[in-house]
Amino acid sequence: MSSLIGPASFKVFGFFPTALLSFLIPVVGVAMFAYIMARRVAPLVRAAPDQRFDRIPERIKNLLVLWLAQYRQPRYRTAGIVHIVIFAGFLVLSIRSTSLVLVGMFDGFVVPGFDGVIGHIYNFFKDYAATAVLVACIVAAARRGIVKPERYAVPAKYGKDHTAEAIFVLGLISTLMISESLFEASNAAFEMSQTGHSEFLAPLSLAWIFRAMLVSASQSTLQAMHIVMYFIHDITFFFFLCFLPLGKHFHVITSFFNVLFMRVDKGNIKPVKYGITEAELDDLESFGVKKLEDFTWKHMLDFYSCADCGRCSDQCPANAVGRPLSPRFITIKARDLMFKNYPLSGEIYKSKMLVQDIYTEDEIWSCTTCGACEEECPLGIEYIDKMVDLRRGMVDEGMVPQSLQKPLKALEKRGNPYGTMEKKRADWAREKEFAAECPVKIIENGDTADTLFFVDSITSFDDNIQEIARRTAKILTRAGVDFAILGKGEKDSGNEVVRFGEEMLFQDLKSQNTEAILESGVKNIVTADPHAYNALKNDYKNLPPVRHISQVIAEKIREGALTLKHALHPEKVYVYHDPCYLGRHNSIYEDPRQVLDAIEGLKRVEFEKNRDRSFCCGGGGLMLFYEPEEETRMGVVRVNMAAEAGANVIVTACPFCLVNIEDAIKVGGFEGKIEALDLTELVEQHLA
Amino acid sequence: MEILVCVKRVPDTAENEFELNSAGNDLDRDDLVYSVNEWDNYAVEEAIQIVDNVGGSVTVVTVGDDESEEVLRREMAMGANNGVLLSDDAFEGSDGRGIASVLKAEIEKGSYDLILTGAQADEGAGQIGGMLAAMLDLPYASLVNKIEVGDGKTIKVGREIEGGNQEMNEIELPCVLSIQTGINEPRYVGIRGIRKVASVEIPVRGAADLGVDASVIGKDNAKVKRVDYFVPDLGEGAEMLEGSTEEIIDTLIEKLKSKGGL
Repeated sequence: MSSLIGPASFKVFGFFPTALLSFLIPVVGVAMFAYIMARRVAPLVRAAPDQRFDRIPERIKNLLVLWLAQYRQPRYRTAGIVHIVIFAGFLVLSIRSTSLVLVGMFDGFVVPGFDGVIGHIYNFFKDYAATAVLVACIVAAARRGIVKPERYAVPAKYGKDHTAEAIFVLGLISTLMISESLFEASNAAFEMSQTGHSEFLAPLSLAWIFRAMLVSASQSTLQAMHIVMYFIHDITFFFFLCFLPLGKHFHVITSFFNVLFMRVDKGNIKPVKYGITEAELDDLESFGVKKLEDFTWKHMLDFYSCADCGRCSDQCPANAVGRPLSPRFITIKARDLMFKNYPLSGEIYKSKMLVQDIYTEDEIWSCTTCGACEEECPLGIEYIDKMVDLRRGMVDEGMVPQSLQKPLKALEKRGNPYGTMEKKRADWAREKEFAAECPVKIIENGDTADTLFFVDSITSFDDNIQEIARRTAKILTRAGVDFAILGKGEKDSGNEVVRFGEEMLFQDLKSQNTEAILESGVKNIVTADPHAYNALKNDYKNLPPVRHISQVIAEKIREGALTLKHALHPEKVYVYHDPCYLGRHNSIYEDPRQVLDAIEGLKRVEFEKNRDRSFCCGGGGLMLFYEPEEETRMGVVRVNMAAEAGANVIVTACPFCLVNIEDAIKVGGFEGKIEALDLTELVEQHLA
Repeated sequence: MEILVCVKRVPDTAENEFELNSAGNDLDRDDLVYSVNEWDNYAVEEAIQIVDNVGGSVTVVTVGDDESEEVLRREMAMGANNGVLLSDDAFEGSDGRGIASVLKAEIEKGSYDLILTGAQADEGAGQIGGMLAAMLDLPYASLVNKIEVGDGKTIKVGREIEGGNQEMNEIELPCVLSIQTGINEPRYVGIRGIRKVASVEIPVRGAADLGVDASVIGKDNAKVKRVDYFVPDLGEGAEMLEGSTEEIIDTLIEKLKSKGGL
């Protein structure tokens, strides 16, 4: 005999068949797991509806890229690689673990199809997988226990540290890897001692090393080890399975579904309630998320899926400047509440008003909806829609800070947050000197054009920002674009109105703008404001195509319709700041850079945080009116980053970025050292 | 507690640019937007908070034309239970006493523990609260910035005193209070809230319904009349800076520097 007795045939003390255990453990484990999962699914059943069964090809692509290929993981290099190793190891070892369960019942069980070459190849890989996972666990434990990266810390106000749970789970995984390898190595060592050769083990794998260590052990030791390790593995495996839904390791189970159902569009906001048309909104009893069950089932799944990695909060500008918001804890607090209100046994508790119970008003208003958190989350967890839903609930309850009530009322009465009279909306174009040089057609005066220049409120009314309107007009004229503006028919695009939860006001602005735009007969729309661009493109429907001025300029340069002079200031160092609503929400990263690079002799550097990791300037629209609690301004942090990048000119392509960065330059003491420019200003200066 | 709050529809200071009309006796009222008088809005919020705590109901009442109904709806969207519009051609042109008489007639039709007005409205006279209290022969506290509801017979009301000190007074119910801004943080009322109360019936009462003494209302019976309305001439030492915001700021800084202020 060249093999040890397997767990399916072994008898303890010669009479108790271990096969009984091999049968009982999975039955009990699976039953418990099924029960726990049923309790966990309970809140999702009571949740608000969501629409996630559409767009299957895009969803499968997300699954392949984000789940299977773990595309976002290496954005944090070490942690990402460690995670990929553990994830890949789990995928490989899932087959082995399943077959091991059956090996305990049927001697020599082999997964169908794995009895030939495939089985040998698989065994080779799984030996290495187990080894790699163990090494990764040790690295991960060292990071958690010794290195302790900042982003894992739990500030006192958010509860106790999560390290213990993390280390415990790493211990469980390590136990699985070691017991599996010892189970295999004990038998291989026995074969080796009996016949001088054994089943092939991948060189330097755990099993291979263990075999070398055990080769001189006695048969009884090896036999005992073989059986004991089998059951350590079996018990740990089912314990782990039932432990997963109890904490942050739930993501091992839910991540597949969370990525499958994650948002597929960028820049848009979910409807107040799926299945309710805009016309039916008036009939809704309540708006937004007030209680736990007002979240959609997908948003609840998000809460379950969070792996507590802290990447969202590490990227969150609000968190960085000390505002009372950390996206990670938006999720963790909601998950804790779900666990508390939907306990594993006993009564289900009623949820209270979330804002007050687990969130504060300032926490929810602190978000600039920049999207950095969502861009980073390896699991596709959403935040913006949740913030908007919570704000909808607050607006419905009248919980709106005084600083925001004034501009909201002005938007209702005058269609702009400043309360300036509608008839003054086109005043920027009537300024004498400019009007003589560059007459602008105004649709309210009966003019017509192919292209509508949608100006939006800040660019129409703010003394300084009106320059962006005039420069945009000059550039469009020079590029030969036939354009007009709406004049007093234009209302605020409402990009922030909808994002601040004032849905009905947004619906009003949207329908007024839509009607004015469609009536004007224009064939396309251009705007210099990324917030307007985003709203018209992603929140409005049935409008002519919308483009941002940076796209138009880049195209006209390529076509030769616009030519730019040699750099006026070749000695200066320029850096381009990606506005959130141009970059992250609409993936326009290259056009503005191409425009800068079209100016010969212009020296351009990059922020360390650029493109989809751009750092929000402080927010636009209504965010300019909100007075947050914060230690410093986001703009100041951003200007510091520009200084670190060695730049002395920050070029942006958004009026709000310009306002925030210009303010930050003054507040941060960078006057005379760093200046801020809008892309249109740079281009206009360089028009050949 | 049964609370009545007197409110007024006024041109909104935040969303208008005020100019005199060509006759020079009033604002140019074309293209103005109106809303509820800010002080009154604080008074309504305070009333709603009291009722939330101790029960009762809030009634809002205004003297005005048909368009004044919108401010009643806005306050009802905030949480006021009832609205009453006091409207009659005969009320037009009334002075403060006339308006107070109309309000008094309405108040006497009900039974209220507490009557609130804003400390003042767009015309800045701040007279209605005091007049109402006198006409109704009720105790009165003005410029109230704090209310503590007690056992039901009395309440405590606060007022800010010169130098930032706070004074508290006990006052017997029923009483009239004029409310100062800052007493609370009024809740937000969105379009949705207003639409929810859009179909609620708001009773309209005229001079006959109220049985108000005709000799004190209307333009002809007003004993206080506006005789002029103008932008004052610049006084000695006053100067209006002109130009763009940037230019104004630069000039201001220069001036502050030259006078040793900076």
